[in-house]
Amino acid sequence: MHEFGITENIINIALDKASEAQASKITQINLVIGELSGFVQDCIQFYFDSLSKDTIAQEAVLHFELVPAQLRCRNCSTIFHPQDALWSCPRCQGQSVEILKGRELYIESMEVE
Amino acid sequence: MKKIEIIQNILEANETTASRNQQLLDKHKVFALNIMSAPGAGKTSLILQTMARLKSRLNIAVIEGDVASTVDAEKVQNEATAVVQINTRNMPESCSLMAAMIEQALKDLPLDDIDLLLIENVGNLICPSEFTLGEHKRVVISSLPEGDDKPTKYPLIFIDADAVIINKMDLLPHVDFDIANFRRSIQGLNPKAEVFELSCKTGEGIERWCSWILEQVETNATKQ
Repeated sequence: MHEFGITENIINIALDKASEAQASKITQINLVIGELSGFVQDCIQFYFDSLSKDTIAQEAVLHFELVPAQLRCRNCSTIFHPQDALWSCPRCQGQSVEILKGRELYIESMEVE
Repeated sequence: MKKIEIIQNILEANETTASRNQQLLDKHKVFALNIMSAPGAGKTSLILQTMARLKSRLNIAVIEGDVASTVDAEKVQNEATAVVQINTRNMPESCSLMAAMIEQALKDLPLDDIDLLLIENVGNLICPSEFTLGEHKRVVISSLPEGDDKPTKYPLIFIDADAVIINKMDLLPHVDFDIANFRRSIQGLNPKAEVFELSCKTGEGIERWCSWILEQVETNATKQ
């Protein structure tokens, strides 16, 4: 729902870094997005196409690396991927869990010319 | 072709502004709560009840976030030291308050005259969980008619909450809300969260909530 602002941030960061590197074109931006972060790839791509127009990021390929959610049970320390919305531990059925991975949202790298 | 390593959090701009907001609030000894919930859970009612109980002891300001209208700001303006309404309809994003909006709003508040700032976020259980505003504590309200499964469906907002409020307790005889199940879910996701059962309609449980706020304001003041 808030991919517009996110995409603006992505473009701003990319343009800053490209200018630092004195690049004339951004060809690919590599993004890392956690499964739990709630951002929709297609939405980011849609905004990117229109917001990057007339910048050196126009036509850059957005590459998404999705990080699956990883939870740890506070009872028995089992690390697992949640199978359903309940987030219960597959080993002891405990429902007390902490998130180890899945909330990522960052630009990992980009390719420029 | 050249590859540039970046590793930069995309939400960093918001987080930088949020920490600037908190520094400003700390400088003026203002304690801020970010109040989040689904639409209709009782954010404005909780603010009204809180102000009615605490206004003799604290100077309270309110920032109201809504997609449109000044309905909520009008409801609270008689009780508050100051009110700022933010309408997100014309902002790039309308689904949540963001740190830059709060930065603007703080310019319109007499910070030296305020002890407690209540920020009412846009009614939404998803987006506000991604954006910190500079608040000291995060509060999430669930109300009985919403059902007891909200922490399971929207875990992130509950995981980051410092306080979770179960509102509309007066409706308990009329709805199938399993308090024990709700509390179990919160305990599982976020054992540190303080849970309050209350009713903004009858006033039941408001006392304990207000004591918690007073403790927080005091702790925050001694921290500095």
